Amino acid sequence: MKFESQRVAKPYFIFALMLFVGQILFGLILGLQYIVGDFLFPYIPFNVARMVHTNLLIVWLLFGFMGASYYLVPEESDTELHSPWLAKATFWVFAAAGVATILGYLLVPYGELAELTMNHLLPTMGREFLEQPTITKIGIVIVCLAFIYNIGMTVLKGRKTVINMVLITGLVGLAVFFLFSFYNPANLVLDKFFWWWVVHLWVEGVWELILGAILAFVLIKVTGVDREVIEKWLYVIIALALISGLIGMGHHYFWIGPGPYWLWLGSIFSALEPVPFFMMVLFAFRVVSQRRHQHGNRVATLWALGTAVMAFLGAGVWGFIHTLAPVNYYTHGSQITAAHGHLAFFGAYAMIVMCIISYAMPIMRGRPQGNPAVAQKLETFAFWTMCISMLGITLALTVAGAWQVALQRLPESGALSFMNTQAKLIPVFWVREAFGLVFATGLVAYLASFFVGQKAAVNTYVVETHATEAAGEFKAQGACCGSCK
Amino acid sequence: MSEIFTKGMARNIYYGGGFFFLLLLVGLTLDTLRELPQRDHRENITESVARGKAVWEENNCIGCHSLMGEGAYFAPELANVYDRYGNGNEAAFAQFMQSWMAMQPLPTEGRRKMPQFHLSKEQVDDLSAFLIWTSRINDNDWPPNREG
Ligand code: HEC
Ligand code: HEM
Ligand code: HEM
Ligand SMILES: [Fe+2]
Repeated sequence: MKFESQRVAKPYFIFALMLFVGQILFGLILGLQYIVGDFLFPYIPFNVARMVHTNLLIVWLLFGFMGASYYLVPEESDTELHSPWLAKATFWVFAAAGVATILGYLLVPYGELAELTMNHLLPTMGREFLEQPTITKIGIVIVCLAFIYNIGMTVLKGRKTVINMVLITGLVGLAVFFLFSFYNPANLVLDKFFWWWVVHLWVEGVWELILGAILAFVLIKVTGVDREVIEKWLYVIIALALISGLIGMGHHYFWIGPGPYWLWLGSIFSALEPVPFFMMVLFAFRVVSQRRHQHGNRVATLWALGTAVMAFLGAGVWGFIHTLAPVNYYTHGSQITAAHGHLAFFGAYAMIVMCIISYAMPIMRGRPQGNPAVAQKLETFAFWTMCISMLGITLALTVAGAWQVALQRLPESGALSFMNTQAKLIPVFWVREAFGLVFATGLVAYLASFFVGQKAAVNTYVVETHATEAAGEFKAQGACCGSCK
Repeated sequence: MSEIFTKGMARNIYYGGGFFFLLLLVGLTLDTLRELPQRDHRENITESVARGKAVWEENNCIGCHSLMGEGAYFAPELANVYDRYGNGNEAAFAQFMQSWMAMQPLPTEGRRKMPQFHLSKEQVDDLSAFLIWTSRINDNDWPPNREG
């Protein structure tokens, strides 16, 4: 760690992981409600559990992105963070607003929450992923503005590296496109059309810039490969992401009202969207194979490679299988969509956040060469457990989706009803739930890895030592923590 | 990557390409906004339809159901529920909705549950109007059959 102010990232990372635990808990509840329809009814109806599951996901990813930015921007800019105080204050505001909103979902019926928060003044609630009360949305905007101001001022006074510029463009885009969540006309078609300007332009647009920037940062640090090389790759990847992804949004405009030319535009451009994800795989493996030094934090390198591969599988491969209009006609809104949503969100965004945590957390805890071997071993086990079980969840949902299409969508006459089809899929939903439990085990192992090998660490490095000092020490031994790159 | 392809070229593709396709997206959006009135039949969005959409949102129906294929996948698609139960008769569908909403939750043990929302008769009528209007949007013939 080069600058003391980078340390403000720590509470962001810790809180992100706490929310992640909550997300998975509610995921398991949802998975069980798919099978035992009245599980926890009427205390936690499915829609409530789902809101909690998906909103916790989005919020913990935002905490992760913010933590990542607070950690890497000062280091890249080669200057202290503009205002560590503001970063700490926004942490508490965001955490409090997040917790209050989740409690609101769980404690009062949604209709009452809408009334309580005066949704009728500016109705924005009740749309998928954007269920937050309007007042929470306004809070999110304010937190984002304070965050971007802080990061922006830091970049302005320091070095403007490519990673910094790409990251900040992504963050500004994130905030700008979120503003579309306040547009909710009575016309459902217009509502849906611009709803995707938040959802699609986030995950297949500006978030890819954030993903690319964080990945490039970690790769520079753990491999020592020349910045010039990495920056060129980064530009190519994000260029392709925007070129394919902006018009690729057409893959959501097939069946919600817009005209038929979107069938062509959406199919063609979104079919190109896997390309940048594939480039990311090439990029990560190429850079690691050309590494200049072996960083002591090997598991961080594993996360970087894993993110590229799993993002390619989830977004690239599972996105492609249902993105062409003639296929999507049958798979739209089926379990295939759920399969893709899970692997893509996990592989790209959950994993990049765990990647930067894996790299930065040990440094912030005074372990510039990564955690002690036992801890890394456990984290590696957690990595594989989570990745493999998420692939299991995805495959189970893919089977469920294909079967659903065959029973309910394909037959021209004698098609099974939705509810009867779901009843037939129960065995596959059990498999999904079982993999979900394995995933939860992996998550527990991951969290445990933060606490094992404490003694070894204390012996090797003095905890809370000045990172720069430790870095110097290691350079003397021929090792490198990457901080000076 | 080879030396012929420089970082400067990559950067220009990023800025140029990103900007161009963003502009193209805005252009296509304007064109779509121009043609949508013929496809969404917005002249039929009555006050009742608009209120129905608000009832739909304020009770988070989308948290279990999909509407035009978007939302959750736990309960039946509702953009075509009018086609499924209405048989082209708006009054019959409104009647069905009144009894369906009043019946919830169904007592069958182990079956997926829909909560009781305690809506007024007018609110349910508004929901029916909203769902009927939705079923008539030109959505390129989705879903493939009436099961949704
Ligand atoms: C907690 C989940 C949940 C929520 C929230 C929910 N529903 Fe349902 N809904 C269901 C389930 C499950 C079924 C299927 C019931 C069955 O067949 O036994 C259903 C069925 C229906 C049906 C009949 C569809 C058919 O094809 O048989 C209608 C109409 C309906 N719901 C309307 C609504 C409306 C309007 C709202 C919002 C005010 C709503 N639902 C909210 C779970 C939910
Ligand atoms: C990391 C990037 C991505 C993430 C996080 C992601 C996530 C999601 C999610 C959550 C949905 C469901 C939205 C809803 O609830 O309605 C979805 C839908 C969809 N995604 Fe992605 N996605 C990503 C990339 C891609 C890519 C690259 C493609 C194409 C190659 C793609 C193709 C699709 C399609 C076609 C749908 C619509 C499914 C339907 O019709 O029901 N996605 N995506
Ligand atoms: C560990 C076990 C998990 C289980 C059992 C589970 C289960 C579920 C269920 C049942 C739904 C609702 C599907 C529906 O609408 O009918 C859902 C939605 C979703 N979950 Fe999970 N989940 C788990 C983990 C995760 C993880 C790790 C992520 C991402 C990092 C994730 C991301 C999502 C997303 C993005 C949606 C919305 C999907 C869409 O709209 O298509 N879930 N999950
Ligand atoms: Fe998309």
